[in-house]
Amino acid sequence: MSTFKLKTAKPAPLSQVGVTGWLMQNLFSSKLNTAFSFIAIYLLYLIIPPLLDWMIFSADFTSATNNECTREAACWSYIGFKINLFMYGMYPSEEYWRPNLLLIITVAFGIIARLLKGNRYKNKVILSLFFIYPFIAFFLLYGSETLGIAVVETHRWGGLMLTIVVASVGIVASFPIGIALALGRQSTMKIIKFLSVFCIEFIRGIPLIIILFMASVMLPLFFISDIDFDKLLRALIGITMFQSVYIAEVIRGGLQAVPKGQYEAADAAGLNFVQKMALVILPQALKISIPNIVGSFIALFKDTTLVLIIGLFDMLAIAKLATSDADWLGRKTEGIVFVAIVIWVILFLMSQYSKTLEKRFNTEH
Amino acid sequence: MNKDEIISIKGVNKWYGDFQALNDINLTIKEGEIIVICGPSGSGKSTLIRCVNFLEEFQEGSIIVDGTKLTNDVKKIRQVRSEVSMVFQHFDLFPHLSIIDNITLAPIWVHNKSKQESRKKALELLDRVGIKDQAEKYPNQLSGGQQQRVAIARALCTSPKIMLFDEPTSALDPEMISEVLDVMVELAKEGITMICVTHEMGFARKVANRVIFMDEGQIIEENTPDNFFKNPESERLQLFLEQILT
Repeated sequence: MSTFKLKTAKPAPLSQVGVTGWLMQNLFSSKLNTAFSFIAIYLLYLIIPPLLDWMIFSADFTSATNNECTREAACWSYIGFKINLFMYGMYPSEEYWRPNLLLIITVAFGIIARLLKGNRYKNKVILSLFFIYPFIAFFLLYGSETLGIAVVETHRWGGLMLTIVVASVGIVASFPIGIALALGRQSTMKIIKFLSVFCIEFIRGIPLIIILFMASVMLPLFFISDIDFDKLLRALIGITMFQSVYIAEVIRGGLQAVPKGQYEAADAAGLNFVQKMALVILPQALKISIPNIVGSFIALFKDTTLVLIIGLFDMLAIAKLATSDADWLGRKTEGIVFVAIVIWVILFLMSQYSKTLEKRFNTEH
Repeated sequence: MNKDEIISIKGVNKWYGDFQALNDINLTIKEGEIIVICGPSGSGKSTLIRCVNFLEEFQEGSIIVDGTKLTNDVKKIRQVRSEVSMVFQHFDLFPHLSIIDNITLAPIWVHNKSKQESRKKALELLDRVGIKDQAEKYPNQLSGGQQQRVAIARALCTSPKIMLFDEPTSALDPEMISEVLDVMVELAKEGITMICVTHEMGFARKVANRVIFMDEGQIIEENTPDNFFKNPESERLQLFLEQILT
């Protein structure tokens, strides 16, 4: 038998710490990795400098007309002239304050919700904000004769505003429907289960573009009466239907990942079905599903560009439309790059937010 | 039904598909009794106590818990479940809720107790199981033994008449078993009706009124702890005891 003295820890070797450590571990850890690193650096060298040159260093930010503007690089003053079109579409310019005000209200609501952290009325306040918000949004954007706000028909909506309206209505409306469908699919009641499965499998099998097309072109053929459904409303219904079934499947994955013991513990405690789902199962299932839910919302945001097919002008459609301006011929690239940047920023923020959510709900320290 | 009888199980048969999991189970339990059920794995002991709060359906026979007959009626099932608490092998605490919220969930939502009242009681119970200082933590930050003690506190916070323990120490590291058993022994002294599925024979000897041995879905032997361990009658039980006591 022998005993050993406790030894003190030695400092880590140079290959484990600092800049050299990081480079050794991440870029040059093996021959293959080294080769890939060099290839990647070379490709970046090929792409990045010309791109930056086109976008920034040689780009023209100030010229007032298309002819003065440079042809060799981006002409950003084009975007400057068209910015209102990109943002609001054909929304009347004297009413721009309405979407702007809505944006301010949205941010204000967000700040209020944040400030209430820990307050005991927090849930009630947030819930009531959540319920009045759609009405505020509707009356501000669409208007109302009785309230004395001029009506702006939805066919004049467009640009980023339309993109955000379509995406956020799709997201907010599809979430509860998706949860209901996911629960329906797990139900022990055969009829409910069948209906849920039928809805999900049927709608999931149809491309969004066809749903939109049917909602816009074919539905009016079936209804011979004069009920004139708003075109935007039809698109919103189509997109919500489409998104709901995807969310349902994502949440079903989360529900199945919650251990059986959680269901039993909730049952054994005497909770009823609604309590069991709302207090025990869904919080866990949704937490598991956050990355996939947000992924699905990001996909939806990008899919909103398809509303072009039924004659709604989202931001991308505007980028195309704007090229037909005789004063600004040949500036299509700038428009599309601009749209890409705006959408990328929004989606990047969404995915960052999803990361914060995941962190906040993580109780496994 | 006798006045002090709290659980009456008569002629219960249960099948999983073709497999018969319970075979003609008859058992009556008096108020305040401590029953320990043991037997080899797959003998139906867990299934039996899970029938008592209807986590498992049974196809034949009847179970009456505190005057309520268990049927498919959701109201009656919830009535029974509000009086019967259960502690599980894998604790099954709710990982998204803090310890204190785990414990107060059922009192607030099922028993309509106020939040303050429930919190006060929960803290008392946590004090009793020796982990009051962990109240604001989350289940995954606690050791297995601590989690199981929280689960016991959660089960107690609804002031149940009956406690069901489904192998409460089987998933614990050996050094944590005693801290949970100590809590259970304390509980047994207070006169609450307990049914424990466990292999902790020391616990059975110390507190049980009756020990029941099950095999192949049937009750093979029922005896006082003394006789159960010293003079087991059935051959099957003798064999079982030899296996687990050596």
